[in-house]
Amino acid sequence: MKEKIDGEKILRMYEKMLLIRKYEEKIYFLFLEGIMPGTIHQSQGQEATAVGMLFDLRIEDYMTSTHRPAGHCLAKGVTVDSMMAEMFAKKNGCCKGKGGAMHTGDISVGAIPAIAIVGGGMPVAVGIGISCKMRKTDNVVVCFFGDGASNEGAFHESLNAAAIWNLPVIFACENNLYGASTHINQVTKIKNLAVRADAYGMPWEIVDGNDVIKVNEAALRAIERARKGSGPTFLELKTYRRCGHSRNDACGYRDKKEEKEWFEKDPLLICRNYILDKKLSTAQNLELLEKNVLDEINRAVEYAKSSPYPEPLDALTNVYFGGEK
Amino acid sequence: MSIAEALREAIREEMRRDERVFCLGEDIDIEGGFGGAFTVTLGLSKEFGHERILDTPISEIMIAGAAVGAAMTGMIPIADVQYGDFLFCMMDQMANNAAKMTYMSGGTVKVPMVMRAPVGATTRGAQHAQSLEGFFTHIPGLKVICPSTAYDAKGLLKTAIRDENPVVVFEHKLLYGSRGTRAEKSALSPVGEVPEEEYLIPFGVAAIRREGRDITIVATLLMIYRAMEAAAILEKEGISVEIIDPRTLVPFDYETVINSIKKTSRLMIVEEDTRRNGWGAEIAAQIAEDAIYYLDAPIIRVATYDVPIPFAPVLENFVVPSAHRIVEEARKLMNS
Repeated sequence: MKEKIDGEKILRMYEKMLLIRKYEEKIYFLFLEGIMPGTIHQSQGQEATAVGMLFDLRIEDYMTSTHRPAGHCLAKGVTVDSMMAEMFAKKNGCCKGKGGAMHTGDISVGAIPAIAIVGGGMPVAVGIGISCKMRKTDNVVVCFFGDGASNEGAFHESLNAAAIWNLPVIFACENNLYGASTHINQVTKIKNLAVRADAYGMPWEIVDGNDVIKVNEAALRAIERARKGSGPTFLELKTYRRCGHSRNDACGYRDKKEEKEWFEKDPLLICRNYILDKKLSTAQNLELLEKNVLDEINRAVEYAKSSPYPEPLDALTNVYFGGEK
Repeated sequence: MSIAEALREAIREEMRRDERVFCLGEDIDIEGGFGGAFTVTLGLSKEFGHERILDTPISEIMIAGAAVGAAMTGMIPIADVQYGDFLFCMMDQMANNAAKMTYMSGGTVKVPMVMRAPVGATTRGAQHAQSLEGFFTHIPGLKVICPSTAYDAKGLLKTAIRDENPVVVFEHKLLYGSRGTRAEKSALSPVGEVPEEEYLIPFGVAAIRREGRDITIVATLLMIYRAMEAAAILEKEGISVEIIDPRTLVPFDYETVINSIKKTSRLMIVEEDTRRNGWGAEIAAQIAEDAIYYLDAPIIRVATYDVPIPFAPVLENFVVPSAHRIVEEARKLMNS
């Protein structure tokens, strides 16, 4: 590591993680209350991967996401208001009410509308890498996917292509141990998914995905490699979902001992303890920070609630950019 | 100029005009190679280099997905598959990403990409033979075009490259006019005039290939030529056939077809795609809804039978519409 990550930055990363956690908690309650249409796939417990990977990206850099995109999108700079409005299926949502939770994104800040087919975003990230390179920029793309995607054909085709063409793609594998209800050990013989990068001649690291500082340090190394044209990196971020796969999933398939161990490694708790240990801030200030985050989210809920729904006929627009002919 | 040459000229001109345009695909311009399965991209790397004529691994999911990603972020990719049948390998990227990104983003993202695919039965058996137009016309968000002459190939491909949406281009193996080791047995290889000066052909404007009074035939690609052959035979019997080449299936020019049946009162659709739920069925249904009162007889579809394409020429020739079958169906239509 060239420069030690400074205290102010750690506080800002903590704040961003808190925003994601509180945003998703709010969404969960609104969903249970039946206020919100659709389904939800939450990333609670994985805030450190989103923030650690994306904190240092520029607005011109890109990010591809998955069916669990809220954390990634908030970390890339999509506004809370536009995301909340999308969750409420409103016309001024980030996808005008046409995307919904699983397609959250805003290309104006480099957040490609999330691709909710497992592994489906990976070849798209390769294309973005080609684009960044051909346009002679030093922009990069962070490509998120889960452990489940590592058994998709798209995964293998994408890693191989990014490697042979030295593309500025950072493959961020959020290994949360489960593809929906199936444990990774049941469907994959190897212990560490990162070693698959070896097969494509791509450098890799295995990272504690719940420690935002460690994730960020690894991200900085990968970003630097990508920016200077040295090619892609594969980062396996070991993490865990604090919630179910979707909706009201009570996680009956998970070992309670395993859950307990991982819950103790909560990324927010780890970061908070670090901040207090190193005296980067006080408990009182962190409380104030949390209050501000909650206020922002509550304002977003009010904004979303008071926003208009799309007109039914809006469903017939945007099928083609600029119309069919 | 052959269709393969016309397509190459279109790509060359657009790549000269706009540095965002680039090609990617398997074997598209390897030194000493084929220039794509049917020579369309042959030699382009000499002018544009291998950065912009990107030879890929055999990875169809990646090719399609990379085209989507590049298109969304400022580039204009022209991707291709060696045989249309391989489009199935990339269906997720085509149907879920290319076709839906603009819509899912509320119109904030555009995907200006081209996917070229050779179709048609050519004694290669079932997996290098299908005509897949129908599948793709069924997906909102994609445009589907099928040029059948050199003039159209150049003008339509240039329009496709400049379109801000994903366009799937179906090209027929027996119409390319590919030369040398890539020549096709029993190819028609139509050669046509292509003007020196630049031109574009708009989507959704049909071409009337032959004027007639008694029957309107709508056909695309190779079936245009089969229909022309049939029309010459029918003419001797006093049956006058009008042949319409829609040139683009999405968008589709219904107006030209309806104007034609106002005159002929009979409609036949000839497609190399299999019959069940094909694009011909859609045209038939739409014409029945909008213009049935202009018709004096039921709408007839002449299509490939609902079987995989067999290898033996005697079998293949039987399942794919022939001039002979079109003639027989036309006679029946005149008597109904």
